Amino acid sequence: MIQQDQLLQVTNLNIIFPSPKGDVHAVKDISFSLGKEKIGLVGESGSGKSVTGRAILRLLPPYAKVSAEEISFKGQDLLSFSEKELRRIRGKEISMVMQDPKYSLNPVRTVGQQISEAYIVHSKVSKSVAREQTLKMLTAVRIRNPEQVYKLYPHEVSGGMGQRIMIAMMLIPEPSLLIADEPTSALDVTVQLQVLAILDDLVTQRGMGLIFISHDLELVASFCDRVIIMYGGRIMEVINAADLHNSTHPYTRGLLNCLPRIEGRNERLSTLVRDDAWLDADFWHSNDSDGIII
Amino acid sequence: MQETQYGVNKLMADQQTIYNRAKEWLLTDTPASAFQAAAGRAYLGLLEFLKNRLAVLGLLIIIALVFIALFAPYIAPFDPILTNLSQRLQPFSAEHIFGTDEVGRDIFSRVVWGSRLTLYIIGLVAIIAAPVGIIVGTVSGYFGGFVDTVLMRITDIFLAFPKLILALAFVAALGPGIENAIIAIAITSWPPYARIARGETITIRNSDFIRAIKLQGAGAIRIIIRHVMPLCLSSLIVRVTLDMAGIIITAAGLGFLGLGAQPPSPEWGAMTSSGRAYILDHWWLITMPGMAIFVVSLAFNLLGDGLREVLDPKSDD
Amino acid sequence: MLNISNLNIYFGHGSEKNHALKDVSFEIKRGESFGLVGESGSGKSTVLNCISGLLNHWQGTIEVDGEVVSQKRDLAFYRKVQLVFQDPYGSLHPRHTIDRTLKEPLAIHKFTDINHRVEKVLSEVDLGSQFRFRYPHQLSGGQRQRVAVARALILEPEIILLDEPTSALDVSIQAEVLNLLQDIRKERNLTYVMVSHDLAVISYMCENCAVMSQGAVVEMISAEQLQSGDLTQNYTKQLFTASKGYDRAAIDLFQDF
Repeated sequence: MIQQDQLLQVTNLNIIFPSPKGDVHAVKDISFSLGKEKIGLVGESGSGKSVTGRAILRLLPPYAKVSAEEISFKGQDLLSFSEKELRRIRGKEISMVMQDPKYSLNPVRTVGQQISEAYIVHSKVSKSVAREQTLKMLTAVRIRNPEQVYKLYPHEVSGGMGQRIMIAMMLIPEPSLLIADEPTSALDVTVQLQVLAILDDLVTQRGMGLIFISHDLELVASFCDRVIIMYGGRIMEVINAADLHNSTHPYTRGLLNCLPRIEGRNERLSTLVRDDAWLDADFWHSNDSDGIII
Repeated sequence: MQETQYGVNKLMADQQTIYNRAKEWLLTDTPASAFQAAAGRAYLGLLEFLKNRLAVLGLLIIIALVFIALFAPYIAPFDPILTNLSQRLQPFSAEHIFGTDEVGRDIFSRVVWGSRLTLYIIGLVAIIAAPVGIIVGTVSGYFGGFVDTVLMRITDIFLAFPKLILALAFVAALGPGIENAIIAIAITSWPPYARIARGETITIRNSDFIRAIKLQGAGAIRIIIRHVMPLCLSSLIVRVTLDMAGIIITAAGLGFLGLGAQPPSPEWGAMTSSGRAYILDHWWLITMPGMAIFVVSLAFNLLGDGLREVLDPKSDD
Repeated sequence: MLNISNLNIYFGHGSEKNHALKDVSFEIKRGESFGLVGESGSGKSTVLNCISGLLNHWQGTIEVDGEVVSQKRDLAFYRKVQLVFQDPYGSLHPRHTIDRTLKEPLAIHKFTDINHRVEKVLSEVDLGSQFRFRYPHQLSGGQRQRVAVARALILEPEIILLDEPTSALDVSIQAEVLNLLQDIRKERNLTYVMVSHDLAVISYMCENCAVMSQGAVVEMISAEQLQSGDLTQNYTKQLFTASKGYDRAAIDLFQDF
């Protein structure tokens, strides 16, 4: 059943990486849907959250085996798209922001040129129109002196500004869905929140959907509307952010309990006791909460 | 009959078990000694290397070269320097597989004996140039500052000498001969190794693991020899192997100019030089040693490429 | 036990000269766990690098156990003060087995009974003997960090400097490593100086801490103050608020310091 506002539907996604020591089943049978909301994809390293984000845009290396019953965006079946059709989607309809602007920005071109280029690729306008749009976008991400920043090179900007520039670059073609893969993990905590505030405003103003991939459970709980928790390639739980701290799922509870807290002085941090049963498909199917459309 | 078959089967089964046990020992996740850990690592490297057919081909050719050099007296049917003017300039025949040269010597035997000279040249050059290069490079990269400047300028000076001109200078001073050719080549070969080692060292010296060992009181020498050099070795081995091809050709070039091995020495380069005059009607004089040079150079190139894939730190696990 | 007074350091020359540490001073008693908290560029790691000996051109006074420390360190100093690095992937030599990494400091300091010491320290960090001859790439991040801790302990130091030891680790592994560090501190009566950007970790691990910003100490607080939110400086208060998570209204009030 497709909801009115539904942007993305993923059903039974599997991602396998072949390796000399045997296939690595990075993502196993996960399903979720996304409307015009902010959804957080949380997990520890190896949980499969990053590859899930990339698989949607088919950005994984060619040797990765991606299979799913359905990956559809606004009703269109992305799985059946050719590479050319997918390129039209990438950037224009679905954009992606990654962790470190140092690695995502071209070091030999000014940041302004890069943002303009992102715009021209999708809207075939003249350079001056693109420049105008770029300056507007830089203002939208609260850069106070866009004209000056336009001429800077990536190594001349700070981490927080670099990430705001990435956001400007990814949002200038006005996509409907943004996938952000640990967009603020390399930033200081105050800068992190400021960047997220900008993202929050833009996503709300434009009626976009946001997939926010992170390892930081608390941050995701406070920033997103719904949270998907992954472990070992499977979805453990899908829960509303407001209800996260009351979760009864053993993995979620385990993670919440082992976080140190500013207020509490415990004698000992509780540690996560992993249960292999969580990786068994039947276990989580019987424990699922709302949100999984099968 | 049945018993023999049973015996053979059992032997093969035993061998299989020994093989499997050895493999298990090498690939175990929990090695019990430093030796086991190192052996396991070497085994994995070997398996990786063997996947590259061309590299294995290169290695086999080089092994064949060594074999031929070692057993030259038994492989070569004729004495390489014995002349026989009645048999001069003969084409391929059953008796002379590669034909004879302008003074009747068997070309095949000369190529076979020449392999010794080839190995001698590349072996000595590698043994002289590589250690000098790695030491200069690592010391220069590690200390930086004044030491780096001085050592790099010295390196630049040696880099400025073209091999052939330097060889000419040596010949003028010390007389022609293969040893002088080797010295000339070695002296001009080490600077690129120093540069490579220096580049790697500069990358490594700020790593946390180097800082960690400094914080445990290690001195510069210990750090350079035990921590920095092992990490430079990979790129250096690859570079030296790839250079072998060039060294062979340079030595051949020197021989061609008469600056290296002197007649009647069956050095391949010298052979191509004397074969020049006969190239139109008696092409085998120049072609056979030329082919030998080509095959061995190619083999080193293939081996070097294969080693790079195995040893390249970027693809390391 | 550790006394820092008026520590200053400059990086670069001329117009680009950066006053990276500005008159940093604090005192730590024996057996105490002291935190240095701040954002990037605050100088917290620089302080640690000055204490450990990785940086030598500082000005000011550093005293360890009553003795003034000079710019050049000797072996005796390294026996007293050790450091655990942040990045578990970079702090172990990729070509050395764990055994070799642990034996080397013992060899440098000419200890005897080497095998026994290696076994003992591995069990202290809860790593079984099956890890002893592995290479770093065969260990997980948490395991590598345990090896880093073992390496710091093997010379039997009295002060351990910890440079964000768990920020590169998953949350569940962080809990294990932090518990381990607490246990070891109690058993060996060690003094810790821990750098972190995470106030929650500092609150759990440290009794007192210095909040740093742009090279200077902004405020010195106790763990109790941190836990109750009883802070005086605006910078610290902002950091405290930011640590609580995303709060749109609060973020709008953030200032640049």
